[in-house]
Amino acid sequence: MLFDNHLKTFSKGGVHPADHKLSAGEGIEELPLPRSVTIPIYQHIGAPPKIVVERGDTVKAGQVIAIHEGFVSANIHSSVSGKVGKIDPVMDSSGYKHIAINIRVKGDDWEETIDRTDTLVTDIPYTASEIVEKVMQAGVVGQGGAAFPSHVKLSVPKGKVVDTLVINGVECEPYLTADHRVMLEKPHEVMIGAQILMKALGVSKAIIAIENNKQDAIQLLSTVAQGFPNITVEALKVQYPQGGERQLIEALLGREVPSGGLPHDVGAIVHNVGTTYSVYLAVQKNQPLVQRVVTVTGKSLKKPSNFLVRMGTPVIDLVTAAGGIPEDTGKVISGGPMMGKALADLKVPITKATSGILVIPEAETKRAETYQCLRCGKCIEACPMGLEPYHLMLLARGKNTDKTKEENILDCMECGSCSFVCPSNRPILDYIRFSKAKLKKAVKE
Amino acid sequence: MRGVIYAMLPALAFSVYTFGLNALLVTLEAVISCVLFEQLINRYLLGRQSSIADGSAIITGMLLAFNVPTNLPLHIIVLGSAVAVGIGKMSFGGLGNNPFNPALVGRVFLLMSFPVQMTSWPTAQGTLIADGTTGATALGLLKDGLRQGEQVSSLMREMPSYAELFFGFQGGSLGEMSAFALLLGLVYMLYRKIITWHVPVSMVATVFLLTAVFWLIDPGKYANPAFHVLTGGVLIGAIFMATDYVTSPFTHKGMIIFGVGIGLITVVIRLFGSYPEGVSFAILIMNAFVPLINRYTKPTRYGAKTVSS
Repeated sequence: MLFDNHLKTFSKGGVHPADHKLSAGEGIEELPLPRSVTIPIYQHIGAPPKIVVERGDTVKAGQVIAIHEGFVSANIHSSVSGKVGKIDPVMDSSGYKHIAINIRVKGDDWEETIDRTDTLVTDIPYTASEIVEKVMQAGVVGQGGAAFPSHVKLSVPKGKVVDTLVINGVECEPYLTADHRVMLEKPHEVMIGAQILMKALGVSKAIIAIENNKQDAIQLLSTVAQGFPNITVEALKVQYPQGGERQLIEALLGREVPSGGLPHDVGAIVHNVGTTYSVYLAVQKNQPLVQRVVTVTGKSLKKPSNFLVRMGTPVIDLVTAAGGIPEDTGKVISGGPMMGKALADLKVPITKATSGILVIPEAETKRAETYQCLRCGKCIEACPMGLEPYHLMLLARGKNTDKTKEENILDCMECGSCSFVCPSNRPILDYIRFSKAKLKKAVKE
Repeated sequence: MRGVIYAMLPALAFSVYTFGLNALLVTLEAVISCVLFEQLINRYLLGRQSSIADGSAIITGMLLAFNVPTNLPLHIIVLGSAVAVGIGKMSFGGLGNNPFNPALVGRVFLLMSFPVQMTSWPTAQGTLIADGTTGATALGLLKDGLRQGEQVSSLMREMPSYAELFFGFQGGSLGEMSAFALLLGLVYMLYRKIITWHVPVSMVATVFLLTAVFWLIDPGKYANPAFHVLTGGVLIGAIFMATDYVTSPFTHKGMIIFGVGIGLITVVIRLFGSYPEGVSFAILIMNAFVPLINRYTKPTRYGAKTVSS
């Protein structure tokens, strides 16, 4: 990575955490079926869907169990076959309780319409609106972390002109390798998925963006891309948080998404690699989003792995399959070390947004002693949004919430670069999140 | 913070080599007084938890010692430490809130209160026990000579050679003489990413370019730029004083404005002021401008240029 200065990257801020991609060489392995799954119906940004099954119903894998309400919402399907049990609020990885459907697994019966074979389907006979409809029916949401319903992103508002589709294979979070493995093992599916997305958006250009620490994926996809005109692979200089769509668009196209705006305001749409693969499965194989690749990793973990997991599987099953909880464990995190959230309970289910489970040794979870803010400006230098994190922190600490809004706290993407670089070890992002939460609450009221 | 202390060690070691154990003694006296005053003020005046662990009192003590002659009596050092920590830092609410570099506040206070003791520099010797002879600094010699109507070229004959200036065989404050030792500290801090190049480079470059202009105009009246950069406090100021996190601007753009400002004021004082040296004053003056600089060099927000429609 020494000679990557010619490569593109985003220009504002950014940090370089050690990448610890322990599971990069581990092939995707299908996790054995759990005894039961707990499927939260609220797994995406937008309105929760309406439950359409009752306790005691028998369901097949891939059957709709909750239907989207309104446009910005997503269908939820059963990830297994079996009998519907309790429908109760259950704590999910956010730490909050949301309604979830428990299904006791019996056999592995799938809906007949679903093609579960590995045969590649290359023809795309559908129109743009048919694609959007299929993606919506399949409950596909963004799998990079935000879980925004994908069909909404494909429906560009009138008056906006989109010219470029960006497939996000950056995976800049340390430790995580799920997208990396999907690119290595399903390159053709990702390409066809990209073609489907291009057709739906009516664009003639797609860029698959991969950070330069994934040489094998760059080479493989570049070779495969030769058979796909209009799709190019772009290697990017390694820098966190390049996977943020605003950073990625600026890195690739030199365009800045306006504050408060969306990528389509500057003619770009970004979809994650995992999402693109799900779009392929949804459109070409009629397969709804009922399973995903999840990285299970950690320095003390016996067998860091990448598992193909049914939605609703408890986190503990994945950790057990990866060798069990190590004795020195301090925290288990859903997501990566920079943006992930610590789990309060290992029974919480895997959802559409779970990209990884990270087991952190106790020694690394202890917060270093904090000192006074030195006004050194390192957080300002690191902020990819060009904000002044130390200032937001001080305002938040003084409960000066209105002023934080004036200082554009809502632009903050919570990437954690500020806390990462702080020489006084101050939890800057915690203060910022606190103020953001208060602002959002104020908006609701 | 520990990194900054490591970075100062070469200069300290060199000072012990040239000025003898006095250099170590003065440094210890200053560090111990600074730590002690911070502890006492926290405990008895502010009723706060100890903040010694952040290491800033140690750095303030070291920097204060670096900026005084090695034959300074104990009571003056203790007084300087009290002013540096008490007025320079704690009176503003402690580390992070002080607008001025605490060590420089202490130093300038001493310079004005004890002008004789603060400007009788022991001569560099290269033995561990100092013999008590004192002399002027190169800048002092230059200023006095020019005042008496001498030409720079004849004054230069009495000066140490450039090699001597670079390695530090010259009279001066405890830690400021050896450009070589200070640069080692700079390289270390840049490597560890403790500081960036912006302040030191812009400040030294300004001093160099500006003195070069005057030297080219009248080499009889003005010394050459290399002499100006290697003498006095330019390097220690650029590397250790002006780069203080707390009292320098946030953004790279701001840092460059800050560095250029310090260089400018330094040269003006050196060439036209009554003091032979002006780095301390220049840094303190620019410290006062930091809030203003920060205000006008706010980072550009991502997405601020284009307006959402």
